[in-house]
Order: sequence, then structure tokens, then C-alpha cells
Amino acid sequence: MIDFSTIFSIAIRAIKANKMRSILTSLGIIIGVAAVIVMLAIGNGAQVTIQNEMKSMGTNLIMIRSGTSTSGGQRMGHGSQPTMKAGDGNAIEEKIEGISLAAPVLNDAGQIVYGNANWSTSIVGTDNRYFQIKDWSLAYGRYFSQTDITSAGKVAILGTTVVKELFGDVDPLGKTIRVKGIPFTVIGVTTSRGQSGPGMDQDDMIYIPLSTAQKKVTGISFPDMVNMIMLQAKTAQDTYTSQDAIKALLRQRHNLGTNKDDDFVIMNLTQMMEMMETSTKVLTILLGSIASISLLVGGIGIMNIMLVSVTERTREIGIRMAIGAKSWDIRLQFLTEALVLSLIGGLIGVICGLIGVAVISFFSSFKAIVSIFYILLPFSFAGIVGLFFGFYPAYKASLLNPINALRYE
Amino acid sequence: MALIELKDIHKSYPLDGFDLEILKGITLKIEKGEFVAIMGPSGSGKSTLMNILGCLDTPSSGSYMLDGQAVQNLSADELAEIRNQKIGFVFQGFNLLSRTTALENVELPMVYSNTPSKLRQERAQKALTAVGLSERMHHMPNQLSGGQQQRVAIARAIVNEAPIIFADEPTGNLDTKMSVEIMQLFTELNEKMGRTIILVTHEEDIARYAKRIIKIVDGEINSDQRNKK
Repeated sequence: MIDFSTIFSIAIRAIKANKMRSILTSLGIIIGVAAVIVMLAIGNGAQVTIQNEMKSMGTNLIMIRSGTSTSGGQRMGHGSQPTMKAGDGNAIEEKIEGISLAAPVLNDAGQIVYGNANWSTSIVGTDNRYFQIKDWSLAYGRYFSQTDITSAGKVAILGTTVVKELFGDVDPLGKTIRVKGIPFTVIGVTTSRGQSGPGMDQDDMIYIPLSTAQKKVTGISFPDMVNMIMLQAKTAQDTYTSQDAIKALLRQRHNLGTNKDDDFVIMNLTQMMEMMETSTKVLTILLGSIASISLLVGGIGIMNIMLVSVTERTREIGIRMAIGAKSWDIRLQFLTEALVLSLIGGLIGVICGLIGVAVISFFSSFKAIVSIFYILLPFSFAGIVGLFFGFYPAYKASLLNPINALRYE
Repeated sequence: MALIELKDIHKSYPLDGFDLEILKGITLKIEKGEFVAIMGPSGSGKSTLMNILGCLDTPSSGSYMLDGQAVQNLSADELAEIRNQKIGFVFQGFNLLSRTTALENVELPMVYSNTPSKLRQERAQKALTAVGLSERMHHMPNQLSGGQQQRVAIARAIVNEAPIIFADEPTGNLDTKMSVEIMQLFTELNEKMGRTIILVTHEEDIARYAKRIIKIVDGEINSDQRNKK
């Protein structure tokens, strides 16, 4: 059997002998590999974006919102009939095994003023558990103190967008702002989280203690009212398994008889996120498979040229056979040539694909993400394609009869 | 024991439903160190005989002992191995690999006998020097004259220390002066290096270099005699 370095140099020589043809043949593989890399990077980017969003929303998240109200036959949508209390959240946190944290949320919106600047933003009345669930740290300053929470302290933590709009370059810590006309002291600023979902700026918010929101800022229709309770389950599994227990507890607390509908809605965000993740995974696979088809077409191009090459080089094959090449030597020679051709195409394809990914990331806000696996996958696929489509021509070459091959003109 | 021993070799090809018999019972012995010319008009079967002798083809019937080994029923790969080890070919059309240097062309038989690269080069250089081409080792075939190309082919035929050299019309593409040089080289290989040479030709002048002339007519040996110089 012929040694590897010799057979490799024979292949390189044969490829070099027909440079233009080799490049054109590889083009199919180049385009295929580049397309697969770009498509996988786009799918991967979408997946990572969703995962990051998931993390920024909090892991293992369940949200409970008030139920629907009916007014004159018109049903008003979730949250239209306020029923939830902060106490419900505390009870869930205390009594339900799978739930580790419950943060009350009372939403409002309003004008905030500092000096001559003013800005309209969302106001969230909550406590420190909110930041814990969202795993959200402060850029500087401090969280709410126990006194802030129990005695409705007029203190606020600002999102970075609000800081930018109201303060510019001024340090906001300790400054007094007016929230819907009421003076608040700025005690902290959150780190920047950026966009969440379509067009929602997570940094365009201010946070005040729940008690302050309930008593001084937002009008509430009954004591301890909140719009929403955010729950964090201990594991992703718990977000599913604890739902029934939460439901039972809330029905009991809200005194709902068996004939009455729930006056709250439980939303499992983990489930939603997992569904979105699955759909992007499917998308990635779909994009990748479509791109792989061009790789297959490239493989057919290689087979075509290899068949031409075998015919053209019939005499060479005859010489090699007369001199002692066995059928396996001939097969190996043409297989190696097909493999080298496809791997060179694969290599150029990887480079083109990476350039494509960089261009996409540069010209759009979308981050396409490449990983080693997503580069090696199409590259090795190109090699397999080369071997597969190179086999038939190589086999054909090895079956030649040396006498006829030597006579071939 | 003879180096080559043919017994009642027949070869026929199917043609329009009939079997066309090309060789009609050839029996022949060639000893080690002989220089034999096989002559015959075209269509006489001398090329078919040559192919069988050179292990490029197998006979339809009969037995062929080459260097003590029966080769008439071997597979294509086994024949390739025999060709590689025992036989060197020199063709009319030189049959060198294009875009491949003289040195690499000569290395080729050793590539298929899996000789290490370094030893391959040493032996190829020695063979090229032996045929007087030490200055042309790195030339491509298209940079060499016909006579030089045939010398490269001869170097390729002797490099694997094969005991037998088959030369099929080796001077057919060469002018008279180069033909004489090539035939002198064969004589030298035969006399000084003891190689057995089997030459196929239709030219009397060329056959005269051999020590024994076998004439094939119509698939049979017509005459087999010592060459009287």
C-alpha cells in the first residue's frame, strides 16, 4: 500500500494541474459550507438572544396576574379586575414547596421631574425580591432598606435610561426627583439590561417600595393591592408541578366556591421560553438542512469532475497499473483527490462563512453567533460529501484494464 | 529452472458470437539472462503474447510459470504485485507521467512497493545515472528528447531490481541514431547487469541486437533460433 504523504502530493499535483477547474468544482462546496455556517450562526444567534432574554427576565419564572372582569357583557382582559394582594405572594412563598421567592409588582406610569428635565416612564412598586428574581444588580447605590419598605420611604432606584434622560452626566445619587409631583430621593441605579422582547426598554423604569406605591403614588381599589406577583420556582420542573398547589391556595385565599372561575391567571414563563427555544432550534435545523442541500449539490459537482478526470487520465492509470499499482492504490488516489478538493473547498467555505457572519453582525443589530461545533460540522460534512461522491469515480478508475488503459489516447 | 516457462498457451477473444483464437498453443522457455526478440507481422499475436508474458493479461488456457510461480490464474491485484516485483516495462510511447520529473517517474514502481521515500530517491538517482541522465533528473518529460524519455523509462524498468525487462517496440518512436543508443543500453543491461530482456519488434535491425529471435506467425511459433552475429 502506498504511503499517505505520497498519495497526498499526487492529489495536490493533480488539483494544481487544473487550477481553474478545481476552483470551479470546489465552488459548490465553498458556497455550501459558507451557507451552512451562516445559517447555523443565525439560528444560534436567535437561540442565544432568547436565552439571554430568559435570563434577564429571571429563571424559572411564574407570573400571576389578576383575572378578567366583565363590564356590560364586554370581557376586559387579564388584570382588568384587580384581585391580587401582596399577601398572596407571601403566602405562596411560605407555603408552596417548589417556590423560593415571590415579588409583588404594582405598576404605574407617570412623569418624573428633576430640575428642568422631565421624563415619562414606568413606575414599579415592589421590594428587593424583584431584583433577586431577575438576578439584577445595581450599578451603584443601594437596594431598599427594611425601613423604606415598612414605613413607605420616598426613595427610588432608577433604570439607566431614566438616569440618562433626567441627569445626563450628573451623579443622581442622593438627588431629589419628583414622581407624579411627590419628592423622592434617588438611592440606586440598576445595571443596564437593554431591550427585552420587541421594543421594551428594561432600563426605562424606576422602582419604589411597594408600600410607598400603594399609599402615596398609585390609587388602589383595596388594601395591599398589586397588579402582579412574580414567582421564582426552585427548578424548571417546579414551574410546572407547583401550579396546581398555587391555584388551590389562591382559590382558598380569594374565597372562590367550586362553581366560580379563577379570578387570577398563572403564566409559566419558563414554559413559554422553552417553547420559543424549541422553535428557534427547529428553525436552526431547518436553515442548516436547506443550506446542506447546496453542499450535496457541490458534491455532485465533484463527482462530475472526478469522472471527467478519470477518463482524461485513463493512460496515467494504465501506466500506474502496469508498474504495479493495485486497484486499491488507484481507488485511494482518486478518493484522496476528491477528499482534498472538497476539504480545500470546505476550508475556503469556512473563511467565507465567517466573513458572512461578521458582515451580518456588522450591518444589522442581530447577533449571528458561530461556535467551533458549527464550523466543524459543515467542514466535516464537506469531507464526507467528497468521500461519498468521490467513491464512484475512484471505483470506476480501479476497474480499468491496464492493457486498454495503456492504449487509450 | 527456467525463468519463464509457457506450456500450450491459448488465448481467444469473443467476437460476434465466435471465439477468435489469437494464440494457438505457445510453448516456450526463456532462461535467466537471455536477450530475446519476439518478431512477427501485425495481427500475428505477438502483442497478445507480450501482454500475457508481462502479466498484463491472463491466458485462456495453458500454464505460465514465472520465476517458479504459476501466474496463469492470479487475480488482477496479484498480477500487479508480480509486475511490480519481477517486471520492468519499456513502451513504444515511453508512457511517462506528464508534469512529473524524471526522478519521480523513476521512483514510481517503488511507490507501489512501499519503499521509504529516502531510499526511493537514492535508488532512482542511481538508476538515472546508470542510463546516463544524471544531469536531467529534475526535468519534466516534455523537456526531454525522445531518446532521453526512453532512457527515463528504462531507468524506471530497472529501478526495482526486476529480473525481466519487457520492451515493446522501444525504438518505434525514435530516429536511427537514438535507436542505436537505446539498443546499446539494452545490450549493456543484459551483458553487464545480467537482466533478462524480452524485446518485441518488427524491425530486423533492432531484433539483431538480441541473442535469440522468436518469430510468431498466426498465433504460433514459426521459428526460434539463436542469433548468428
